[in-house]
Amino acid sequence: MTHAITVENVSFAYDDQPVLKDVSLSIETGEFLGLIGPNGSGKTTLLKIMLGLQTPDAGTVELFGTPATEFTEGTRLGYVSQHSTDADAVMPVTVREVVKMGRYAHAGLWRLTADDHDAIEDALDTVGIADLADRRISRLSGGQRQRTYIARALASQADLLALDEPTVGVDADSVERFYDLLGELNDDGISIVLIEHDIGVVTEHADTIACLNGELYEHCETEAFLDTDALERAFSSARVVQGNAVAGGD
Amino acid sequence: MAAGATRSHRELTALVVGVPLVLLACAGFIFWVFPPLYNLFWGATCGVVDTWLVCSGFLQRGFTAGVLIGITAPVVGAYLVNRQMALIGEALAHTAFGGVAIGLFVGAAVPRFDYPLVFALIAAAVGALGMQYVAVKTDGYADVPIAIMLTGGFAVGIAVISYGVVFSATVESYLFGDILFVPFENVQLMVGLTLIVAGTVALTHKQLLFITFDREAARLARINVWFYDTLLIVLTALVVVAAMQILGAILVAGMLVIPVAAAMQLTSSFNHGMLLSVLLGQVAIFGGIFLSYYWNVATGAMIILVAIAVYIGAVIGDPLG
Repeated sequence: MTHAITVENVSFAYDDQPVLKDVSLSIETGEFLGLIGPNGSGKTTLLKIMLGLQTPDAGTVELFGTPATEFTEGTRLGYVSQHSTDADAVMPVTVREVVKMGRYAHAGLWRLTADDHDAIEDALDTVGIADLADRRISRLSGGQRQRTYIARALASQADLLALDEPTVGVDADSVERFYDLLGELNDDGISIVLIEHDIGVVTEHADTIACLNGELYEHCETEAFLDTDALERAFSSARVVQGNAVAGGD
Repeated sequence: MAAGATRSHRELTALVVGVPLVLLACAGFIFWVFPPLYNLFWGATCGVVDTWLVCSGFLQRGFTAGVLIGITAPVVGAYLVNRQMALIGEALAHTAFGGVAIGLFVGAAVPRFDYPLVFALIAAAVGALGMQYVAVKTDGYADVPIAIMLTGGFAVGIAVISYGVVFSATVESYLFGDILFVPFENVQLMVGLTLIVAGTVALTHKQLLFITFDREAARLARINVWFYDTLLIVLTALVVVAAMQILGAILVAGMLVIPVAAAMQLTSSFNHGMLLSVLLGQVAIFGGIFLSYYWNVATGAMIILVAIAVYIGAVIGDPLG
């Protein structure tokens, strides 16, 4: 099986507001896909459907050859979501405890092993928050918090990393280091799906780009993509049909 | 639920073989090991500090029950509070009270079935599963179903009591709690419940914590969120029934919530917070029992008041603030 994700004819609506219409694309193992599109174009929804967190109204999704909602190997997936959780503002939990959660799928009901702890410490070092490890997460800045979630995804040592605007609020230096790191992980064969507002970042790092606005405008290699007018079409259609056909659901 | 079953074959086998063995060991401990240990401990304590406070059988049973509640309630409460589910315990306690009423009614008619706490356990478990069903149907533990259950459980209790012939003193002891009303079988029942709660939490702490902190990431890691949610609410029902004898149906939720709230003020780590909340729970139990003895006021009320005093102290002296 050479595909990490296969999406076929997927449609999705929140109540009667269509968000995705007949989207098909596939991501090969080891591919670095940049997913771009205007606000409310359904990028996050598509990502969640790809990961089996939401069920599409129509169409099929496969993760590593298994239907996404039946896929049980949690250890192979890593995810950094767009918004931090509600709990991190109030709950007493340290940075290290959050990063540890990245190993829970590996440990199951058993204790964390020495390997698990190594992965946790490595992840903390990699994103440069080892010195914050015992701090309460609610006392951190937005960027530090986001780096914690990135570390958690890294600690999971997943085969597929799904990142939804992971660097919002993170300072420029760390952003650069983070994308270099993503490049290295990708070189090691890890598949990556990245949603990112900064189209420059995407074109610099991604192998392929998919441009989405309710429907898929283009999915091809980055260089070829830059020669198409997909961006223009996606973003201009967003202006034209605002509040019309394809709405809601970021 | 998208996640589906996650446990590997190895874990499933361990569970299938392990759970009956562990339950058997628990039963053995409760019936054969615990009673002599209990007598040995209190015999020795009474020999050292010869006051009525430790030598009366009533208070010995009360203290033992209190210590067990001070362990289990904050442990389960730590997850509940951080899931914004603090009042679930209260709703389940009121349902359990309905069960007690039915149990007293049945027990009065058929003396062989005179175990009101068992009825409370069944009622609370049914209530817990009903709550879980409503939560799945309506997308979360909203306060409306909680309010319905809270009043509904009480309504059933009062209806049954008013219909049957039950001593009001007995009813009051379940409503307001009575430390002098804990028979030794109930202490044994509480040891069993404590072992079940502690064992389950020890085994599933990672999953419960992950879901508490970040539901979506837990689903992504293919943790069976529905299963662990149900597990937590059933554990809550067990704790509530255990704690009801001393604190009473009305005050039970306090023990689930207040020590945890105080501990959360004082620490940054969830695991430390959980240990600290057990410690503060013990402070409340011991402080409450002693003060109620010296001031001659109701024990359940005093335990909660001491817990609140600890909480206020934690808020004022908050080192993290």
